[in-house]
Amino acid sequence: MEKFIKLDGLVAPLDRANVDTDAIIPKQFLKSIKRSGFGPNAFDEWRYMDHGEPGQDCAKRPRNPNFVLNQERYQGASILLARSNFGCGSSREHAPWALHDFGFRAIIGESFADIFFNNSFKNGLLPVVLPKAEIDALFGLTEHTPGYRLTVDLPAQVVLRPDGYAIPFEVDAFRKECMLNGWDDIGLTLRHAEKIREFEARRRTEQPWLFA
Amino acid sequence: MARTLYEKLWDSHVVHVEDDGTALLYIDRHLVHEVTSPQAFEGLKLAGRKPWRVSSIVATADHNTPTSHWEQGITDPISRQQVETLDANIREVGALAYFPFKDKRQGIVHVVGPENGATLPGMTVVCGDSHTSTHGAFACLAHGIGTSEVEHVLATQCLLQKKSKTMLVRVDGEVGAGVTAKDIVLALIGRIGTAGGNGYAIEFGGAAIRALSMEGRMTVCNMAIEAGARVGFVAADDTTIAYLKGLSFSPKGADWDKAVAHWRGLVSDPDARFDAVIEMDASRIVPQVTWGTSPEMVTGIDGTVPAPEDFKDPVKSEGVARALQYMGLTPRMRIDQIAIDKVFIGSCTNSRIEDLRAAAAVARGRHVAANVKLALVVPGSGLIKAQAEAEGLDKIFTAAGFEWRQPGCSMCLAMNDDRLNPGERCASTSNRNFEGRQGAGGRTHLVSPAMAAAAAIAGRFADVRQLS
Ligand code: SF4
Repeated sequence: MEKFIKLDGLVAPLDRANVDTDAIIPKQFLKSIKRSGFGPNAFDEWRYMDHGEPGQDCAKRPRNPNFVLNQERYQGASILLARSNFGCGSSREHAPWALHDFGFRAIIGESFADIFFNNSFKNGLLPVVLPKAEIDALFGLTEHTPGYRLTVDLPAQVVLRPDGYAIPFEVDAFRKECMLNGWDDIGLTLRHAEKIREFEARRRTEQPWLFA
Repeated sequence: MARTLYEKLWDSHVVHVEDDGTALLYIDRHLVHEVTSPQAFEGLKLAGRKPWRVSSIVATADHNTPTSHWEQGITDPISRQQVETLDANIREVGALAYFPFKDKRQGIVHVVGPENGATLPGMTVVCGDSHTSTHGAFACLAHGIGTSEVEHVLATQCLLQKKSKTMLVRVDGEVGAGVTAKDIVLALIGRIGTAGGNGYAIEFGGAAIRALSMEGRMTVCNMAIEAGARVGFVAADDTTIAYLKGLSFSPKGADWDKAVAHWRGLVSDPDARFDAVIEMDASRIVPQVTWGTSPEMVTGIDGTVPAPEDFKDPVKSEGVARALQYMGLTPRMRIDQIAIDKVFIGSCTNSRIEDLRAAAAVARGRHVAANVKLALVVPGSGLIKAQAEAEGLDKIFTAAGFEWRQPGCSMCLAMNDDRLNPGERCASTSNRNFEGRQGAGGRTHLVSPAMAAAAAIAGRFADVRQLS
């Protein structure tokens, strides 16, 4: 998995609560059997004026000038500023794949849906939860300051504003280690293969019907 | 120490715990479908790994499969490729059971697992699909997972998971006539919001839940994810045990008795403590209809559409304004004045036999209104379709002007040809009313099967309790 240590990046604000995975990547793109190439279709229904289907050349499609991520000033953003319950809805990992492919490496929000939160860590996309008051302030700063950037420092667990103000955030120690080192979950788990086998053998004896 | 059912299910599956509490949970059942698995199988192969325990896998094709003209196969080449990829992957690695496209037991993964006895009390169940919470109806710990986790479970038979907080949703009393499991869970989401269950595992209890059939409990647990909880479940009881008796993969003979004895213990201890408790009075719940673009935007059939200024929080108020604009509704409009274009009865929330019976009871001897362009009934599985046909439900539906289709996810997420056109309004028994969920620009209102049938007949939302 991709490492995440420290990110200094341009911030793009998406000022909506409950941004769902259907909005992040509409279902017609889930027909792909690949993990990559979803970036051009991230937020497809909000981003383009026409209806998107897999296999189109998105560069030629009409863009919705009102959609915030289409604005010139946010091009190249790698930090997405979000509201509450971001990523609610389906378990589709295509959502973090699309956001990552679009260029985001961190999402800072008030809260995240559980499965999306989990999926993000596994794809080099760091979800950062901050208190509502901090998020409100960051929306104000981003909107009023062209080229507004933030630094997300995972080892120190802080979001650093350009004015020097540092906002601490929580992250599970295990997930942090995995992200800092770019560890592969499966490899880590297989270190416990012997324990898994023992557990399984015991379970098979106690509840054989589970192994029919 | 007294433990909740969640703690019992959790404790009995822990293989290893990291210092920060992240646990490796052993997985008993792995349900697989075509959309979220190809990248996982590919990843496994690229890493030179083999599946840990193939007999845990039950697979079916559901999201992309067409619901009509099966003789033509899957005409969309990209959908076909995805289904064929699943066929090839299962052929290569094997499975306990595979119900491919057109198999008589094929259907929606969350319908197929339980009806074949592949979901048993005390199991951990995972699937690359958020509505895996459905299986919690059987006193299971059932997690929806992402594709990386699908690969992780394939390779290790374990899921890395942090323990959730516990929430008890206790629905006391009795629901009135015409009020169903769907209304209970929509009313709950209306109350706690779509993020209300974030970080919690929800146990549904109380007299009104106990009184539900397994079908009804599955409907409730199905939408736990819509309340923000990754898992939702109901304790095991006689209803659970009676449902499972004699199913294909249910234990048999002496194993059955041992299993039942074990299942009896799958309840929260009487003095167990929950981190949060929500109490609801079933007798006060009326048939629910969503009006917005999130399941929490819901009210009773006797209610009205709210106005943005009713909400003090500016983000919320703006969200309501945006939803009303998308939905083409005006503030203060009565719910029963909203006319519809299409009806969808189906999905893993409401496509089981009991749901079809409830809808058919309303449709019997009546006819779909002239303004309704399409009223679809899509059974959850081939087995349900066969049973419904044996009961004559298909005839009732077609005589009333509904279309009777082949099983699958269908217009729940519109990955196949069943979808809404821009601006079309649908009474749907599915679980998500997000923008574009049932087709770009489509407008979804979530309701129970009886309410969907009533809307089809009236051409607008109508109170099923007032239909004589
Ligand atoms: S019926 Fe709908 S919610 Fe259920 S698995 Fe299929 S697409 Fe998902």
